[in-house]
Amino acid sequence: MKTTLSINGSGHDLDLDPRVTLLDALRQHLGLTGSKKGCDHGQCGACTVLVDGRRVNACLTLAVMCEGREVTTIEGLGAPGALSSMQKAFVEHDGYQCGYCTPGQICSATAMLEEAKQGWPSYVSDDLESRPALTREEISERMSGNLCRCAAYPNIVDAIEDVAGSER
Amino acid sequence: MSETIIRKMQMDEPDERRVLDLTSQGLIGRPVTRPDGPAKVAGTASYAGEILPEGTAFGVLVRATIAKGKVASLDEASATAMPGVLGVFTGERFLRNPAQGGADAAPVQGASEVAYFGQPIGLVVGETYEDARHAAYTMGVTYEPADDASVDLDTAKSERPDAKQLDQGDLDAAMAGAAHGVDVTYTTTPDSSAPMEPHASVASWDEEGVLTLRGSYQMLRHNRIELADALGIETEKVRILAPFVGGGFGSKLGIAPEAVAASIAAKALKRPVVVAMTRQHVFEGTIRRSETSQRMRLCTDADGRLTGFGHDSKVSNLPGESFSEPLAMTTHFLYRGENRRIGHEIRRVNRTCAGSVRAPGEAPGMLATECAMDELAEVCGLDPIELRKRNIPDQQPENGTPYGTRLLAECLEEGAHRFGWADRKAPGERREGEWLIGMGVASAARTNMTAPASARVTLRADGTALVETDMTDIGTGTYAILTQIAGEMLGLPADRVEVTLGDTDFPPGSGSGGSWGASSTGAAVMLACEAVREQVCLRMGVEPSALTMRDGEAMAGNTRRTLEEVVGDEPVAATGDFEPGSTTEQRVMASYGAHFAEVAVNQTTGEVRVRRMLGVFSAGRILNERTARSQCIGGMIWGIGEALTEDLVHDPRDGHVVNRDLAEYHVPVNLDAPPIEIAFLEELEDWGSPIQSKGIGELGICGSGAAIGNAIYNACGVRIRDFPATPDKVLAGIISEEEAGRLSSGQEK
Ligand code: FES
Ligand code: FES
Repeated sequence: MKTTLSINGSGHDLDLDPRVTLLDALRQHLGLTGSKKGCDHGQCGACTVLVDGRRVNACLTLAVMCEGREVTTIEGLGAPGALSSMQKAFVEHDGYQCGYCTPGQICSATAMLEEAKQGWPSYVSDDLESRPALTREEISERMSGNLCRCAAYPNIVDAIEDVAGSER
Repeated sequence: MSETIIRKMQMDEPDERRVLDLTSQGLIGRPVTRPDGPAKVAGTASYAGEILPEGTAFGVLVRATIAKGKVASLDEASATAMPGVLGVFTGERFLRNPAQGGADAAPVQGASEVAYFGQPIGLVVGETYEDARHAAYTMGVTYEPADDASVDLDTAKSERPDAKQLDQGDLDAAMAGAAHGVDVTYTTTPDSSAPMEPHASVASWDEEGVLTLRGSYQMLRHNRIELADALGIETEKVRILAPFVGGGFGSKLGIAPEAVAASIAAKALKRPVVVAMTRQHVFEGTIRRSETSQRMRLCTDADGRLTGFGHDSKVSNLPGESFSEPLAMTTHFLYRGENRRIGHEIRRVNRTCAGSVRAPGEAPGMLATECAMDELAEVCGLDPIELRKRNIPDQQPENGTPYGTRLLAECLEEGAHRFGWADRKAPGERREGEWLIGMGVASAARTNMTAPASARVTLRADGTALVETDMTDIGTGTYAILTQIAGEMLGLPADRVEVTLGDTDFPPGSGSGGSWGASSTGAAVMLACEAVREQVCLRMGVEPSALTMRDGEAMAGNTRRTLEEVVGDEPVAATGDFEPGSTTEQRVMASYGAHFAEVAVNQTTGEVRVRRMLGVFSAGRILNERTARSQCIGGMIWGIGEALTEDLVHDPRDGHVVNRDLAEYHVPVNLDAPPIEIAFLEELEDWGSPIQSKGIGELGICGSGAAIGNAIYNACGVRIRDFPATPDKVLAGIISEEEAGRLSSGQEK
């Protein structure tokens, strides 16, 4: 099936089996292996990318569904010499160990800050109307879809708090 | 390049030179950020299944759906008739069981026999992943099931190997005559390592018959031998690459089925083949931690001094497997008690192979011992910290060996102070609405181990150093600490050291397992650097004792040269070889610590939330404060999973793993992890490694779950002896406490 995907600002013409997920399209067809496969079932968050600015599990998204939408992967957020503020904060706070969940954590965190800015409540928000303050508990809850078996969680929260604080 | 010099050390005596204290770069111990960090956060670090050579075909494993028997047929013809399918592979070289850590030989092979539900029995290879997956999942398989499958623990045959039993003094008499005692049985469920990166291998063969395997493995020097043996080829014909490993936790110590399957298919198809296990395959087809049942018999004199210590355990594994969860690892040396009995029974079941999962032995073993100690403290009327301090032995209670460095009492005291232990109340006395709050403590201990390791260090013409070893970094911080050691020894800032890992073409490192990586491979790097320093002295015509290396310069007396000048166009290279020796018998060596946890237990629902944790640890020289802290935090959160959520459920009818995915097997998530404070009490252990460090990667999980279990008791008076402490069990306990009038119903919100 012919499809055109816009990834990190550039277009890619692909001819894909309709069963190909966005995650496999990125990893196997486009060589963008920054997005990771931890479960392929929407249960771990390692494959998190941004589609039109919102975080999604690329393993639960078929590639052909993404035509006409803008996909941003970890490679689109920054590169080793030019890291985004979130990527830098993860290095500084040791917000990872093995690094396998990390691109997903960073994409997720980047979009999560935007959601909070727009006033989305979460399971731990006391008040559903007003804009939630990004406490540690709010950050932890909003990041609980991204598993980290190395359990770098406290450091991940530190990193996000750092970025959220400086953006405030 | 001049010939490589080899510097060897076998640890037969303590190394009291403390070489890392004589240098002056100032890198050791510092919280240097990981040099591999930018690649990890930018997504450019490549893991096993990610670099696919041109023409790579995709393989998907087929799993057995019986517990025991024979595979009568695989419907190869129908599968190969499906679009894009290139072939179906199986055979007697396929792995039946994954290899145990350090096996150095092929594990049990042969795909025609099934020994457990979920065992890989074949591989379908297709042009695309989708083609292969569809054919694998629809593969027609017929079986001749055996009628003697053993899947139920209660009826399984068991063994009690002599080497794993101990009977010293008379425990029964000690128990009968003791002032205080407890006789309690703890049970724990099976666990899965569940590394975030599923096992994956990309195999390709060259014309000379050399196999290159990009895999996700922890101990390449052993994995290479295991893979070669499984394939029936010479070890020299196998090269394994694993520069980045997405977590291992024991499950990647030995080769797993996908490596052999990919290699066999790649050879037959004459093209590279990638096989990535699905998450479900990882749960079923790689190793699990055994469930345990542990009877603890502890007794003391009137002063709370242990006179008896009994630890009788039951675990399970597949028939014929030599590994059995060594639950008494710390029992042998942690506490007093002249009358001792250690019993160990292995039940033989047709269930997924049991093997090493982070801190094999201590992790579930200390759940039992440290909770039983808490029970004992109560019957003795002693504070649990005081009970532990009174029972720190003067010498190993079974063989009289002296101890190496051991700051257990200091860790407990420091922790009590930092955590506010003095504010702990009696069970049920601290309440916030419907939440009951409690604190718990446990000792941490993990046997210190080292392993043979080699590394090559080259001082290059541009004044930088290159470190090469097949050692791995599975998240442990190897890149960081080897950078620091080489930089420290050669007087180079971290950005002038390049560390290359995970390639069996390099000298064999220790591999990552048993928390020995830093002390072993770090020692090899230190030794290589010592030899390099001597060459620098020769070139400068100065005495080694006069040499100072700092910030890229070598100085001695009035001479000062940049390293570029010293090296010229002749790089200096040396290999360090570290071997463990007899010091392991001369001293009982372990890392120690103290865990503190505060939990809130919901009286209405039985839910337990961990509110804060503190770990105070002593593990010899801390090489990098940042990565050491992360290791400890990670381990402590594993303790939360062990204590509260993780439970790999086997169906008692056919042994299959019921919850073989991350939605149903509950690893801790971000909101489960409270703020965690870590403190290190520094000490230098000269008997274990010439860099004075001890293992730290597993220490965090040793006892942390028990601190949580003990905190639950302190919160609500419910003693959980069957982990994990899920809400159903806690709530049942709360209801009986209320009915017995020991816990007020707490409606005064
Ligand atoms: S790989 Fe997509 S959620 Fe796990
Ligand atoms: S860093 Fe290893 S899983 Fe998160």
